[in-house]
Amino acid sequence: MTLDLTKIRADFPILSRKVNGQPLVYLDNAATSQTPKQVIDVIADYYQRYNANIHRGVHTLSQEATDKFEEARKTVQDHFGIEKTHEIIFTPGTTHSINLVAFGFGSLLKTGDEVIVSALEHHANIVPWQMMCERSGAILRVIPMTDAGTLDMKAYDKLLNDKTKLVFVNHVSNALGTINPIEEIIEKAHAIGAAVLVDGAQACGHIKPNLQKLNVDFYTVSAHKLCGPTGVGILYGKEHWLKKLPPYQGGGEMIDEVTFEKTTYADLPHKFEAGTPNICGGIAFGAALNYMNAVGFEAIGAYEDELLKNATDRLSKIEGLRIYGETERKTAVISFNIDDIHPYDIGTLLDKMGIAVRTGHHCAQPIMDYYKIPGTVRASFAFYNTLEEVDQFVNGVQKATDMLR
Amino acid sequence: MTVEQVQNEIIEEFSLFDDWMQRYEYMIELGKSLPLIDTQYKTDQNIIKGCQSKVWVHADMVDEKVIFTADSDAIITKGIIAILIRAFSNHSPKEILEANTNFIDQIGLKEHLSPTRANGLVSMIKQLKLYALAYQTQLN
Repeated sequence: MTLDLTKIRADFPILSRKVNGQPLVYLDNAATSQTPKQVIDVIADYYQRYNANIHRGVHTLSQEATDKFEEARKTVQDHFGIEKTHEIIFTPGTTHSINLVAFGFGSLLKTGDEVIVSALEHHANIVPWQMMCERSGAILRVIPMTDAGTLDMKAYDKLLNDKTKLVFVNHVSNALGTINPIEEIIEKAHAIGAAVLVDGAQACGHIKPNLQKLNVDFYTVSAHKLCGPTGVGILYGKEHWLKKLPPYQGGGEMIDEVTFEKTTYADLPHKFEAGTPNICGGIAFGAALNYMNAVGFEAIGAYEDELLKNATDRLSKIEGLRIYGETERKTAVISFNIDDIHPYDIGTLLDKMGIAVRTGHHCAQPIMDYYKIPGTVRASFAFYNTLEEVDQFVNGVQKATDMLR
Repeated sequence: MTVEQVQNEIIEEFSLFDDWMQRYEYMIELGKSLPLIDTQYKTDQNIIKGCQSKVWVHADMVDEKVIFTADSDAIITKGIIAILIRAFSNHSPKEILEANTNFIDQIGLKEHLSPTRANGLVSMIKQLKLYALAYQTQLN
């Protein structure tokens, strides 16, 4: 199965624009992916034909919008292999999803309970839990990382004990691209009765996980990482957990009955969907999943591996270049530095050449502290990138390095 | 030379270049001639916030003129601060406070002026002016 790159690239209008007079080479896909016209069309269609508030509306537009929104929930369910539709909560994205669980889970914890985070996390999967620990008196434990940018799984085994209540780890590290052994992490946590939340933000654009098979308790996704719009995502939670957690925000939609004496809450998923949701965003999220499935995740994975291998081999030939995150199991992300050249310098010069990369700590300061560096240059690839772009990128890095040395 | 005259001199130098590469190469060169901050002042307290790279700035007053020294761990940032210091250093606090920074625009570095840019050029200018203000208050 090979990808028809000409056809795929034609789906993404933004890829034909110029930046600083040069054709855009977009390698910041881990930050956000680009949007195909199939998704842009769905967004335009929503506002042009059936924009209305959903659920409980008696008029036709409201009914149409509700149907499409709930259809998107079904698409999410099919895509992620989720058992029950109401186990899917639409949220503004992964950060929000994590905060929702951290808020609720905190009320189930008591002083002295333990929760485990990994050293490879994005700040969004660290800070909400620190806040939860402050509120509940629970203790935060950390699975350390290795030089190769992987998790020290022997240390993980030692951290687990009968006080451990929850483990949260990302599926893929945003800063390094490492794919974490979440199957093993989940199995071992369950063996001692702890729940597991997996932050899927960086995985979902490259890997199609089956959440039922994974047996994970919570999983979070942001639509904009997989060709959907920003401001929408999901929290998946096993039914019994979502029933146990208290509501996160109060408002319309999430109630059953309201009096000034007492309010009873709506059933799942509405209990966690206070206020008007991102209706258009949810529908477009469904469209993005349909688009990516039509391209095919197997083909995407194989092709991105080829891009990664090619770029890694060629970059490694640049004198003084060091790649952070050297494991076989990684997505198409290359985090690197060249000698002691500041990543900001490389990023600035690449931008002048039309090449978009990210520089800095990537919201993962503990990883940068581990390597004792201020940050890295991160190039992250998607299935619409080409080998020619890898060429331009490697040549660009060489040119920038020559200027800075 | 007045601040404005120095700025015009810089504009003239940059006008010789016709592409971004030459401009940036020159900026990198200028960074190498930056009057370096004495290590005793290279403290966390003297780091300018708002920059992705670290920038340290220090100011002394000699004969009622402000002398700036600085350093950065990024080469391009070093070039930017070197240009600013060349324009502002060795002038009275009053002159520095009254000086405008339109010349940045004219040397093709306008993109760095946006407050949302990670390089913190705006913060650097603010910091230089704050030093001038502090010395101005001393003189009054």
